[in-house]
Formats: sequence, C-alpha cells, structure tokens
Amino acid sequence: MSNLEDLYREIILDHYRNPRNRGELVTPPAHKTEGFNPLCGDEITVFIQVEGDTLVDIKIAGHGCSISQSSASLMSAAVKGKSLEEVRATINTFKQLMTVHEATLDNEAEPEPVNLRALGELAALQGVVKFPVRIKCATLSWNTLTQGLDEL
Amino acid sequence: MSLFIPSQVRSDIPLLHREVHDRPIVYLDSAATALTPRIVIESMSRYYETYHSNVHRAVYVTAAEATDAYEEARVAVGRFINAAHPADEIIFTHGTTEAFNLLAKSWGRANLTSSDAIVLTEMEHHANLVPWFQLRDEIGFEIRFLRVTDDYRLDLSTLNELLTGAKLLSVTGMSNVLGTINPVAELAAAAHRHGALIAVDGAQSVAHGVTNVQGLDIDFLAFGAHKMLGPTGIGALWVRRELLASMPPFLGGGGMIADVSLDGFSAASGLSKYEAGTPPIAEAVGFATAVHYLESLGMEAIAAYESQLTSSLLTGLATNFADRIRVIGPTTMEARGSVVSFDVDGVHPHDVAQVLDQFGVCVRPGHHCAKPLMKRFGLAATARASFGPYSDQSDIDTLMIALEDAVRLFA
Ligand SMILES: Cc1ncc(COP(=O)(O)O)c(C=O)c1O
Repeated sequence: MSNLEDLYREIILDHYRNPRNRGELVTPPAHKTEGFNPLCGDEITVFIQVEGDTLVDIKIAGHGCSISQSSASLMSAAVKGKSLEEVRATINTFKQLMTVHEATLDNEAEPEPVNLRALGELAALQGVVKFPVRIKCATLSWNTLTQGLDEL
Repeated sequence: MSLFIPSQVRSDIPLLHREVHDRPIVYLDSAATALTPRIVIESMSRYYETYHSNVHRAVYVTAAEATDAYEEARVAVGRFINAAHPADEIIFTHGTTEAFNLLAKSWGRANLTSSDAIVLTEMEHHANLVPWFQLRDEIGFEIRFLRVTDDYRLDLSTLNELLTGAKLLSVTGMSNVLGTINPVAELAAAAHRHGALIAVDGAQSVAHGVTNVQGLDIDFLAFGAHKMLGPTGIGALWVRRELLASMPPFLGGGGMIADVSLDGFSAASGLSKYEAGTPPIAEAVGFATAVHYLESLGMEAIAAYESQLTSSLLTGLATNFADRIRVIGPTTMEARGSVVSFDVDGVHPHDVAQVLDQFGVCVRPGHHCAKPLMKRFGLAATARASFGPYSDQSDIDTLMIALEDAVRLFA
C-alpha cells in the first residue's frame, strides 16, 4: 500500500482534519471567488484581502475531498502575508509540481526540477501526481485563487 | 427454467478474470455499467467477422443478414419487456439518455404547450430532467415534482394534486442512488386516472428484475443495454404502439425519410422515422444476445439473488460500521434494489473510493447524475456499491476489509 501513503501523507491528513484559515472574510474589502469541480461536486470559496502589494488575509470555505481540502489549507498557509509577486511565484511552482507527471508521460524534454524546498509543506502534495484523477482536486483551490487575483 | 448459477455467471465474464493492483478485481459498479459476458462480445465479433454490412436498402447476402439480425434484436428486446408488439414498439437509441431526448423532442414538442404541465420526481437521473428543462425553456410548460420522503420513498401524498391537469408523469423505476424501487403500476394507474401518460426510466430497473410493460400498464420505457450486460452505445425507447402516431420524427437524415427533394422531405412510416443514420448494428446484435442471456438466467432468479446480496451488504455495514457509515437509501429489502449508496462519517466519498481501489474494489463516488436528490439530503456526493448477477459474497467481504482500512486511515 505504499502508493496510498504517497497520496495521504501525514501532513495532508493533518490539514484535512484541522484546516487552516477556514472561514469567510467580509466583502468588500475582501474579494470572493468560487471554484467548482463539476466531476466530483467539490466546491471551494476563496476570500482574499489585499492591501497595497500584500495578500494580508485569506480564508477558505466550501467542501470537498481530503486532497482538495488539504491543498486549500496548505495553500492558504503558504500565501498568507506574502507579496503578490511571491504569491504568484508560489502558484507557479505548485502548478509545475502538478504537471511534472504529465510532461514525463508525454515523453517531453525532462521538466525543470521543481524547487521542493521553496514549496515547504506544500511538497507533501507531490504524491498526487501519481493519481492523475486527483490532480484536479489538488489544483481546484489554486485555480480559484489565481482567478481571484486576476479579478482584482 | 432458470439456469442461474452465480459461479457460472462469474466465469462467463472475461473482465472478472483480471487483476488490479495485483489483486482480483472486485467489481461493485454495475449500476454505472454492467460487465459483459463472453457470448455477448462474441456475438458482436461474429457480426464484424462474418456479416458486417449496413442495414436496409441492399440486396446482397451479408446486408440481408445484418438487416435480419438488427430487426430480430428489436423483437428480442421488445419481448424481454413483454411489449405487446415487439417488432413495432422498440425504437433503438444510443442509450437511456437519448431515449429521453427522443421522448421530449418528439412526443413532448408535439404534445405540450405553454399551458400544460408534466410531473417528474426529485429522485430522477439528469437524463430524465435536463431534456424536459430544455423543452420547457423552449416552449414554456410547467414542471411539477414529486418529492422524496425522509425514508427515501416518493411522497405519494401529493400525487393526485400534482397530476391534476398534467399530461405526463415521468419517473424512474428504480433510483440509481437510493436503490428505491418505485410503485410503477400504482403510479401508472394514477396517471391514467388523470388522463396523463406515464414514462418510466428503466435504466436500473430493467436489469435487475422482471419488466412487463403491459402488466404495469405504462406508455413509455427508456432503457439501455450497457446496464443489462450488453454493449455501450445502444438503448431503446419502448412506446405503446397507439402513441407512435402522436410522435413526429426525431433526428433528421438518411434512413428516416420516405422521400426527399429540393423542396423538402417526407418522413418514413414506422419506427425508421426515429432512427436516422446508420444505427448501432453490432450493438443491437450484442443487446439481443444480452437479453437472451439474462432470460436464460431468469430475471426472477437474478432479482432474488441480488436481493440476498444487498441484504448481506446492508447487514454488514450495519454490523461493522454502525456509527461510521450511514446508508443513503432504504435499509430493508422491501421495494429495494441492489444499489447501495453510503456516507462514511468524516471521509469524503472520493477518498473512500481511492482507498477501496487499492484493494481492487470498484465503487463509484460522486453525485451519480442526480444533483437535486443529493441536495435533498444535504450531500455533495456519496460512495455507491452496486451488484450484478455475477457479484457474490466474496465481493462484499473484500469491500468490508477495504472499508475498515478507509475508516482507519482517516480516523
Ligand atoms: C436511472 C438512470 N437513468 C438514466 C441513466 C442514463 O443512462 P445512459 O448514460 O446510459 O444514457 C442512468 C445511468 O447512468 C441511470 O442510472
């Protein structure tokens, strides 16, 4: 069962059981974006509050599987208090982590090695790429955050 | 006479001989699609290998054979549901979904106006909802809903009120989420008392018990081969023969015309007016083989066997997981089929299914194309296990072991 342990790392289960930054922010001043995964019915709402160049607060609402929920929780912890530039950089690194697998499958040129250290706890999600069906679960909150930033 | 020996059926299904994750596959997703016996696959291969040709309008030998096989399949499928005129009442479609689209776009568009009403239920599959919404959005009639009670049954207390002035009641024979079997004969009688017609979604019910459209006294039945041990890509709309006169053609194209000129077309008579284009011929052959196979097992014997398995599963869940797993559906076997949805406390259905997959166990997580029903019970999704005639107790035993693991992992 080593495979499953790759997916359900302790950090992931912890963030699923004790999600960080759960809740809502008052809009405005905060900005609210909803994301759906129509395949499994997962729904995520990302509230972000930006002051100047900084994402000062983030809250996550909604429901979903352990992967989508823990990914959202890990994301919120990783981006809160960061500059928008740093937030975008984290998003990019995370997306890269999620696409490594596809690139390898397609036999394309070796992908750029992902800077796992820069990802910190987020690196726990790397096992998801071995379960392609679940990648959409992991990326839901990230895509929703990206959309929110684009809407600002 | 029934020849139903579960172990024999099991060995008839090639796919059950494979392994996943180095374990024997435990297939518990027959409500999504049922596995195919070897003879069904072979009958389709035989078509491709020995008489593959298009149907109709050809004189050569293999074309005549293909046409005969296609029309014989119609009769076989019609007999299976005890149609009064099996050769004249089965319209082949690509599946249950297309059967409902045909019903809505042909019968519905010709017979409903903005002042009419139809009755659906809260437990319908999207296939028996969306085509009606599409037509309603186009011509604007009223859609009323029979609700579902807390014990997972249709709330019949409003039936007469809802049927008053309605032209159609369209209802599932068996819920693909709850497993609830609806009282179709009673619903048909009520609809007819109010001058309404009744359409039944047989996608689930037809595969798991005897279907007698005359005995039930219904007007339309939609169903598909792939949940009946047949191939994907074919299904049928059975229509009571007298009603065909009120149903204009569905799709346009070759095969459905009597004449075409640069001024326009006239439609063919008979069932071909609903079957534009080259039909799924190999699939019709496979469909016929599948219903013959089911008949050889005996639908009553299948129903009794699956009922026994379902009862064992319900007991197993209650005994081993009393405080962790809640069944979303009736927990006794009364008017209940072999679909069991459940909610594992604190574990999302996606995660349940993921853990089960490691044990080779195939169950389906999701909303099962019944979002209004999910909403009714405040759920985004359930995990669902379902049986076919090839299922057995060992499948349930492995499911229990796998569920223990899922519960432990997320404890
Ligand atoms: C009750 C019910 N109706 C309709 C359908 C649709 O069948 P299909 O997707 O084969 O057209 C299904 C199966 O998914 C079903 O379970």
